[in-house]
Amino acid sequence: MGMYVPIGPYHPALKEPITIKIKVEGEKIVDADIELGYNHRGIEKLLESKLWISVPFISEHICGICSGVHQMTAIMGIERIFDMEDKIPERARMLRIVGLELERIHSHLLWLGVAAHESGFDTIFMYTWRDRESILDLLEMQGGRRVVYSIGKVGGVRRDVDDKFIRKAKETMNYIKKRAQEYMKAFEEDPTLLARFKNVALLPYDVAVNLGAVGPTARASGIDYDVRWEDRYFGYSEEIGLRVAVRKEGDALAKALVRLDEIIISAEIIENVLENLPAGPIELKFPPLKTPAPGEAVARSEAPRGELIYYYRSDGKRTPYRVKVRTPTMANILSAGYMVRGGYIADVPVAFATIDPCIACMERCIIVDDGKQVRKLDWAKLKHYANKWFNENWHWIKEERIY
Amino acid sequence: MQKKLKRWAFKRSLWVFHVNTGGCNGCDIEIVDALTPKYDIERFGIKLVPSPRHADVLLVTGPITKKQADLLKRIYEQTPDPKFVVAIGTCATSGATFEGAYNVIGGVDKVIPVDAYVVGCPARPEAIIDAIATLIDKIDKGEVEKVEKA
Repeated sequence: MGMYVPIGPYHPALKEPITIKIKVEGEKIVDADIELGYNHRGIEKLLESKLWISVPFISEHICGICSGVHQMTAIMGIERIFDMEDKIPERARMLRIVGLELERIHSHLLWLGVAAHESGFDTIFMYTWRDRESILDLLEMQGGRRVVYSIGKVGGVRRDVDDKFIRKAKETMNYIKKRAQEYMKAFEEDPTLLARFKNVALLPYDVAVNLGAVGPTARASGIDYDVRWEDRYFGYSEEIGLRVAVRKEGDALAKALVRLDEIIISAEIIENVLENLPAGPIELKFPPLKTPAPGEAVARSEAPRGELIYYYRSDGKRTPYRVKVRTPTMANILSAGYMVRGGYIADVPVAFATIDPCIACMERCIIVDDGKQVRKLDWAKLKHYANKWFNENWHWIKEERIY
Repeated sequence: MQKKLKRWAFKRSLWVFHVNTGGCNGCDIEIVDALTPKYDIERFGIKLVPSPRHADVLLVTGPITKKQADLLKRIYEQTPDPKFVVAIGTCATSGATFEGAYNVIGGVDKVIPVDAYVVGCPARPEAIIDAIATLIDKIDKGEVEKVEKA
């Protein structure tokens, strides 16, 4: 006898709406099903009606958290279509890397806060979001806006950085590295966090490969794969301090620690790049009405959540013939379904939070018992239920998970 | 007396519910930013609640996608009177960025009545705080009819 627990589509704090149907037997989850489509805006079709030069400025509105990487990947593809990828000035490439890495830090800090919030640890949520503000200040200095910052454009970047930015960025990176180490200590040592994260939402190596997991989700399962490392776009290399953070455990804790490692690596990259920032122009002139030769191009990059792919097809006109975007969440959502299976209802908030914050917050859930009895739970009640359940079962869950 | 009591109650405890109707998350994280230490909107007594049934104000972000128009209407109906709607961001105000997209209705006021608009892409936390503070001020002075009627 099983029950269905539908969760969604609305949510209290942030992130897009989504519906998740969970089949449970008692406390154990046996199956999970995911329904998408609430946020479908038809943006790929919209891009087909825009000039090549304005495509990146619309594509950054696909996601407000990783807007920079959406814009940069869109630009990368357009530059391949126009065959100007090799001519981009060195300084522009390095400034793009600074923007992308700042974004990775802010996205991971945001995620860390949300994951801690889902496990009832609001202190870390407030701390990480406070630290995140310092990164947003830097992004505002570099791009002009806090969240959707349009740092790049076809042919280079929109704005140059000055000494004040470089000085402030270095200070902030020192601070962020220290904070990241502190959070790492909290996740590794705090018994409440360990009980909610360790051995929860397991994703073994071979399952992660089969389901096509990408980004930190895959790297926490031991898959040594990072597009920055494989493709070396925009001049990513070992020289600027790039390395791939990998953990083998595959549980929620490993996913948190991989992201914390990446925060530290990104901070080091920013420091190195700003230390040796090459002089020169920041853009290559690009006429707005320029038409490319017919052809197609694929661009891929490492977004904070995983591999992001843009595909373009040109028929020689002022606008693209076809644009296709594959986002990392789409690739990771299958793993999300796998990870909740076999866990407890009380683990759902954390399990979903570990894959991707875009579905971490859900508003209500309805428990249907044999299709007859219907009981409604909103998200706060589910969280309350989860925290209460852990309190009551603390004695054995402590034994099972921590020791 | 009753009117005075209602105004007083709203002045220090406006509870908000956040609805994302297809936004890009930009305005959504700015709303959460407004709640976290740097801006700390809770000092005005504003609290983010997880259900529209507890809310006084709906913060709507994003252009309305076709799948969500009915859901938004239902959420509006679930909210108890007197209720206020604040459209946050340029998308929720007019659907500007997504003008011409086939699955977007564009603008919250095409689906439910709106009391305040906050423009900006995304709207800054300061602007969101300003909009809600202005709303509180208006309620306090008795300029909002909804409170008097309910």
